[in-house]
Amino acid sequence: MTATQTEVPTPVRRQRPSPRPRSLLYRLDLHASPYLYIAPFFVLFATFGLFPLAYTAWVSLHDWALLKDEHPFIGLANYRELLADDYFWNALGNTISILILSTVPQLLLALGLAHLLNSRLRGQTFFRLGMLLPNVTSVVAVAVIFSQLFGRDFGLINWILGQLGVGRIDWQAGTATSHIAISVMIMWRWTGYNALIYLAAMQSVPRDLYESATIDGASSLRQLTQITIPMIRPTIIFTVLISTIYGLQIFAEPQLFGGGGPSGITGGTDRQFQTLALYLYEHGFRGGFEFGYASAVAWVMFVVIVIAAAVNFLLIRRIRSSS
Amino acid sequence: MRAFATRLRTSRLTYLTLIAVLFFSAFPLYFSVVVASQDNSALGKVPPPVVPGANLVENVRRVFDTVPFDVALLNSLIVSSTITASVVLFSTLAGFAFAKLRFRARNAFLLIIVATMMVPTQLGVIPLYLMMIRLEWTDTLAAVIVPALVQAFGVFFMTQYLSEAVPAELIEAARIDGCATHRIFWSVVWPLARPGAAVLGMLTFLGAWNDYFWPLVVLSSPESQTVQVALSALRSGYVQDYSLSLTGTLLATVPLLVVFGLLGRQIVGGIMQGALKG
Repeated sequence: MTATQTEVPTPVRRQRPSPRPRSLLYRLDLHASPYLYIAPFFVLFATFGLFPLAYTAWVSLHDWALLKDEHPFIGLANYRELLADDYFWNALGNTISILILSTVPQLLLALGLAHLLNSRLRGQTFFRLGMLLPNVTSVVAVAVIFSQLFGRDFGLINWILGQLGVGRIDWQAGTATSHIAISVMIMWRWTGYNALIYLAAMQSVPRDLYESATIDGASSLRQLTQITIPMIRPTIIFTVLISTIYGLQIFAEPQLFGGGGPSGITGGTDRQFQTLALYLYEHGFRGGFEFGYASAVAWVMFVVIVIAAAVNFLLIRRIRSSS
Repeated sequence: MRAFATRLRTSRLTYLTLIAVLFFSAFPLYFSVVVASQDNSALGKVPPPVVPGANLVENVRRVFDTVPFDVALLNSLIVSSTITASVVLFSTLAGFAFAKLRFRARNAFLLIIVATMMVPTQLGVIPLYLMMIRLEWTDTLAAVIVPALVQAFGVFFMTQYLSEAVPAELIEAARIDGCATHRIFWSVVWPLARPGAAVLGMLTFLGAWNDYFWPLVVLSSPESQTVQVALSALRSGYVQDYSLSLTGTLLATVPLLVVFGLLGRQIVGGIMQGALKG
């Protein structure tokens, strides 16, 4: 009886470790600290990330030239002007074309590479490092290097094509050829990175699924399409969304492919590879600082990005339900 | 026996494919060394040169004569280091709160973080530029540094890292010993966070070093340019001087390649850790 009596209070006492009453300071620390720790992120992000993005919508409703003192409200006039501009539609078409040409082969290739890397290999680390090497190189460096490789007269790629009897291609001059060249730059920089992301996801797929599939005689390709892809679908959705968002803002590759000067900003002499980001830059920072108009461009880009992301998201979900 | 043979053949094909991919990964970088070490007349020859020449030193001298590349390197170093220190500190603080502290609306805040990773903030460039004019920061490094002081990816990354790296019992024990939260952070969490923080630091440094669009917009004079903007200036001459611009490219890339050579394993591990698991 006495034994039980002494035993019962012990756990109760253990639950209240500090015998002294908790001070106000202690409770303040316990409840306020978390907010204090996440505050720097939210305050800085709201100030320099979200606020400018939202304020873009407001600026876009004004005739807002940087060098003028008055910024009269003009409603949707900037948008009307924008939608009537053939150069805008040209830039939108180029952007979507480059997005598809760079993203679709890139992600398929990355999936295949990740699948290969996921098999038992010697020199795993070496191969992974090699995959990531292009991603360490800056966008500017990539664009400069590939502009040389794709050069019309002295480029290595044209020399190889010449040796193969295909003939030289003026990569910059054509719409399709310039889009291919720019897409190659994007693919070169991002394929390995995405392969590593896929590999990370593939490694959390249970091994015994593959083992039983192998016993059932499923080929490697079948295992990729029937087991791996369904299992890592969230990661695939994530990479497609990120690639879409990134791809629609492509700037450095076309700008530097066009030589960095005026011809770079217009995306070639015939605007054959001017993207939306270049169009924005042209109006915002090279053509009299038309901030109202450039803001309208930015806001339209934002809408395009949201629509493209939503469409891609729905497309990929569709694939899942049909398989 | 047959199964063994098939496996052997597949794996040989696998190796061949991967080696081909490695070749394509490395070749453009190798080729930039080739071009950077030739003079321009050699580049016009048929067939084009595929081995390095002897003109590298001369080309490096020309780069430094054309743009203040040393200033640009220093600027990039200042910008990238400051951003890295800040992102790592704030991400670890927030990651600690998300991973180990209980507070109201925690999940909602975390959801906002993940969502903001997808917000194309680059599109806010016009108002951001107006802010910089108001603050009188245009053409100064502050304009590049301050907007990049925090990153949603960093918070997400450290939250993931710390939720595994720090046992809950350790924090409980520190509380029972009467530690205030900030002491728990510095004495318990920070030492355990260091490997993850190092990876995040490297990724952030790479990103900041390679950033181009915003620095191009907001930095105009040669004295304030970062390396990437200086490279762009090298490329924008009236005559396409490939050996000059590729020498600049090489100079800007070599520091990163050195870092990559030393710490590449950790960078690969970090990217795979930060990935959304399927």
